[in-house]
Amino acid sequence: MTEKLPGTAGDAHLRALRRAIARRKTWDWLFALGGVLALVLALLVFAMLFGQMLKNGLPHLSWDFVSSFPSRRAASAGILSAWVGTSLVMLVTAVVAVPVGVGAGIYLEEYAPKNLLTDIIEINVTNLAGVPSIIYGLLALGLFVYQFGLGQSIAAAGLTLALLILPVVIVATREAIRTIPQNIREGAYACGATKWQMVSQHIIPYSLPGIMTGVIIGLARAIGETAPIITIGALTFIAFLPPSPLGNPEHLISFEWLAAPFTVMPIQMFNWISRPEEAFQANAAAAGLVLVVMTLSMNAVAIGIRYHFRKRIKW
Amino acid sequence: MSTISTLPPKPPTQLKAQVNALNFYYGDFQALKNIDFPVEKNQVTALIGPSGCGKSTFLRCFNRMHDLYPNMRYEGEILLYPDAINIVDRHVDPIEVRMRISMVFQKPNPFPKSIYENVAYGLRVRGERLRKVIDEKVEDALRAAALWDEVKDRLHDLAFNLSGGQQQRLCIARALATSPEILLFDEPTSALDPIATAKIEELVNELKEKVTILIVTHNMQQAARVSAYTAFMYIGELIEFDDTRKIFTNPSSKLTEEYITGRFG
Repeated sequence: MTEKLPGTAGDAHLRALRRAIARRKTWDWLFALGGVLALVLALLVFAMLFGQMLKNGLPHLSWDFVSSFPSRRAASAGILSAWVGTSLVMLVTAVVAVPVGVGAGIYLEEYAPKNLLTDIIEINVTNLAGVPSIIYGLLALGLFVYQFGLGQSIAAAGLTLALLILPVVIVATREAIRTIPQNIREGAYACGATKWQMVSQHIIPYSLPGIMTGVIIGLARAIGETAPIITIGALTFIAFLPPSPLGNPEHLISFEWLAAPFTVMPIQMFNWISRPEEAFQANAAAAGLVLVVMTLSMNAVAIGIRYHFRKRIKW
Repeated sequence: MSTISTLPPKPPTQLKAQVNALNFYYGDFQALKNIDFPVEKNQVTALIGPSGCGKSTFLRCFNRMHDLYPNMRYEGEILLYPDAINIVDRHVDPIEVRMRISMVFQKPNPFPKSIYENVAYGLRVRGERLRKVIDEKVEDALRAAALWDEVKDRLHDLAFNLSGGQQQRLCIARALATSPEILLFDEPTSALDPIATAKIEELVNELKEKVTILIVTHNMQQAARVSAYTAFMYIGELIEFDDTRKIFTNPSSKLTEEYITGRFG
């Protein structure tokens, strides 16, 4: 082997050098191999879960399934009230969590003085992200359902999930803001900008891709949450839709749906899974597929926005 | 701390600013010590000195950049003529100061927006909405920054697509668009190649017809080439201020001589 390489074959020093390099390089491919294995394992587990769901659920997926209310008979049961409920709850969650979370993140990063109090708040925001979701459910049951009198409504559920994902949105916003170089801020101020002009014309637009990532992660977590929603008392069987937000004869836009009772996809799935009949289990798999599609399309929108803004930004 | 002087000394016709007994502190650390010197109108004044001597700190007093950070304190005055306002007085709004005194930074820092929007930014900040006015001022500024011919056909391209030297000239155009009274340059060529550097130096020379220029540079040849006056700083103190030619040929201070002859720095 050494003969083929340039340099004197008999040069012991050179051979020792090459051996040492080869030895160090083994770590390169060992690490790469480990990485690939980890990746394959993760993807394989996901593929198996998804494949199982596809196999069980796909035969049951039809327009009727999506457009029917639940039923005692598995064959005619559908997920209409569940996906409408999930969509409306997600809408409330996003509308509340995004502005509040982004606002809090911007305040902490750009406005708050750097002192002990801010540090304590920062640590606790991070800790909040790790609080079990059932705790949020209990809090919401006391606060939103009873104290504020929102009842077991879409508004209460949306606010609960908003609270749940708030830490994720705040942390993502702060991380995104921190990637903006200080000289961009100084450049804006040097042009005579006020703090709000700097924040609204620079900080917010440039951190939007990162914020969107946080929102995606947050909403993807919220859409699958069951525990807090059950805690605040979502129904498991509901055969009517909330009042339509549009097309009401008296008001063009109505908010009555916010106070309506509801169910969501994971609860519907849980309900079916816990029944003994095989046919309901298949329904649950089909509902799972729809839930995955809903999550993915929500992510697609967020990724689209992220891509659109990120291609302009290069530090 | 002195407030706005009730009876400002009558400024000589050519004076744009006068620094009087300026001290600056980061917390307990005194970064600038009792600095006095004049800034002549429509001239280039260079600030030289070894790293950490406080030349950038001093420059950033002129547009109150330090106000963005906590625990700092100015003492003394920088009087801006013709109105003799002490721009480091804490009752003077830093935004007002920055609207009169622009800055070009060490590393080109264009915003991730179009070339046009970068130059128009200062005008937008001031609430200018008339498209015609903005168009006109953007063109004027780009011409003044010797960039117009290179970018006139792609004003709506992203600024990041320009080369480093072009980006720096864009930043100069951005600073010029709002017709500042003083333009501050903080080592504007330290991130550029020699050709781009030569262009910026040429530009600085032309710009002094319109605007008073203060330039920090670590490059002594650059100071000698572009400036009429030079200030040599060392560990927060102004060691010597004089005509550039005198500083480089016959400095009064031993320290200045040692620095310009390369014995330390």
